[in-house]
Amino acid sequence: MEWIRNNLITPLVEQLFPAAVHTHAVFTIETVFKIAVIIVPVLFTVAYLTYAERKVIGFIQGRIGPNRVGFFGFSFWGLGQPIADAFKLMFKEIIVPSGANKALFIAAPILSLAPSLAAWAVIPFGDTLVLADINAGLLYVLALTSLAVYGVIIAGWASNSKYAFLGAMRSVAQIVSYEIAMGFALVGVLVASGSLNLGDIVAAQNGSMVHWFWLPLLPLAVIYFISGVVETNRAPFDVAEGESEIVAGFHVDYGGMAFSVFFMAEYANMIIIAILISVMFFGGWLSPFQGILPDSVFDVPMIGTLLGEGIHWLLVKTSFFLFMFLWIRATFPRYRYDQIMRLGWKIFIPITIVWLIVVAVMVVTNMPWWFD
Amino acid sequence: MIEQTVFYIFSALLLLSAGLMITVRNPVFAALFLILSFFSTSAIWLLLEAEFLAITLVVVYVGAVMILFMFVVMMLDINLSALREGFARYLPIGGMVAISMALSMVLVINAGEFGLASDTVQRHGADYSNTKELGVALYTHYLYPFEIAGAILLVAIIAAITLTMRGPRSSKAQKPGEQVLVKSTDRLRIIKMKSEGADSEPEKDPLAESKLAQSEDITVKKESL
Repeated sequence: MEWIRNNLITPLVEQLFPAAVHTHAVFTIETVFKIAVIIVPVLFTVAYLTYAERKVIGFIQGRIGPNRVGFFGFSFWGLGQPIADAFKLMFKEIIVPSGANKALFIAAPILSLAPSLAAWAVIPFGDTLVLADINAGLLYVLALTSLAVYGVIIAGWASNSKYAFLGAMRSVAQIVSYEIAMGFALVGVLVASGSLNLGDIVAAQNGSMVHWFWLPLLPLAVIYFISGVVETNRAPFDVAEGESEIVAGFHVDYGGMAFSVFFMAEYANMIIIAILISVMFFGGWLSPFQGILPDSVFDVPMIGTLLGEGIHWLLVKTSFFLFMFLWIRATFPRYRYDQIMRLGWKIFIPITIVWLIVVAVMVVTNMPWWFD
Repeated sequence: MIEQTVFYIFSALLLLSAGLMITVRNPVFAALFLILSFFSTSAIWLLLEAEFLAITLVVVYVGAVMILFMFVVMMLDINLSALREGFARYLPIGGMVAISMALSMVLVINAGEFGLASDTVQRHGADYSNTKELGVALYTHYLYPFEIAGAILLVAIIAAITLTMRGPRSSKAQKPGEQVLVKSTDRLRIIKMKSEGADSEPEKDPLAESKLAQSEDITVKKESL
């Protein structure tokens, strides 16, 4: 980063801008560059997550999955499929229904994608690798995940269609219900780590695999993950787009790129949930071998870097939870609506409240291993 | 310089969206403009480095309260012309109330009342946590008012739930606790019956007759729980 700032950005700024605004300009361009470094891989991952989903579910169901579209005449196990899908969707016409509210109809997909991309600002990828190291990072994440619902509700209303509206209503009710359990799970993390800063939360889990918060906060970690599946409207909680009843739910009237932005938002939200679970309950960038192998192993060139802490462990953990999303989708039948509501209000919220008290007692009594 | 520009942009946005919220015709747009004004307020608080209040405003009002508002507004069929009737007639009284409210707010909520004359305001360092300061203030100095406010809110929640309960429940609902304990014998009863065909229709061909005699009719009765 230093090198890029000194050798690329600063000379460019000195050429283009008056001297008075140099520092501002350097800062702005540097930040935009950092944002691009985060967002481009995220969008790439979104594209290939759809490929992974089709391959994984195909494997589980004894099918092959996409295996035709490749590059330069070779099929490469169908790796070109997401690119082909993206091009197809980009060149399709966006049809706005005649009774729809045009401005809101177009704004809805943007409103659903923007919060899930904005949440990446506070995700710590390493000790110093974070775009915005803010004190209230956890709150910021909670605020942004609660905003994603506006895309759905506005899409449902602006489409002026009964199916879309029913889908939006279902989705909103279930997201609002599970947000409470999700918020309580985050409060548990806050109590355990004593900080709202995501970097400090990871630092508080330092030690070994059993020091990570998944063990003292096990019920909260499980509840957070299941609530995450609900919040992203994924199977088995995808009644918002239950195709057997309401065709495709809130995005039934969308086509082309407008639809694919909803699609991207869903997958970007999945990645955000998976990475947040890794950061808050599974030690983020910390290595699982820490505390098991002697410290001298981590000083060995190559192998030490690979086994020691680093962004690669965060990516491995995130990939595992993303695989869980796909696994769950291929395994469980869809929940009925009243069962979803019952699970959220009557089971998850009481469990989180009880476990908050347990965590508070553990912290106050300085329970060894985690809070001493 | 930049901070001031950002402040004026968000203040203008706040005033504009607040004004549009009460003048726009469509109630859904009114709710959306209210959300925009919450966002602008939150941005101004962020400029004040009050990050906890700013984000809590978004979480509570935008993320929860306004969603329920939208829910209701979208499902209602509001007759706008009836609402707009008598606007001119009530304007003088309404205007007087608005002006007096604005005046009293200016008198009570101003910088002097909070000891914030411009020379005493100081900027804190990056490690200063607004959230922590608020927590310390709420749980030490203002502990009793805070707890009492919480208790009042709890009473309001319970009261709201009680208002919706009207007599014993007449609708049918599932009891999952009972459902999981159910055995197959509770739902199905297998009854063995004598075959009716063999006695009543003796003049059929012998092959079919012998088959009928061998098989036992099994009737499955379903009992609804």
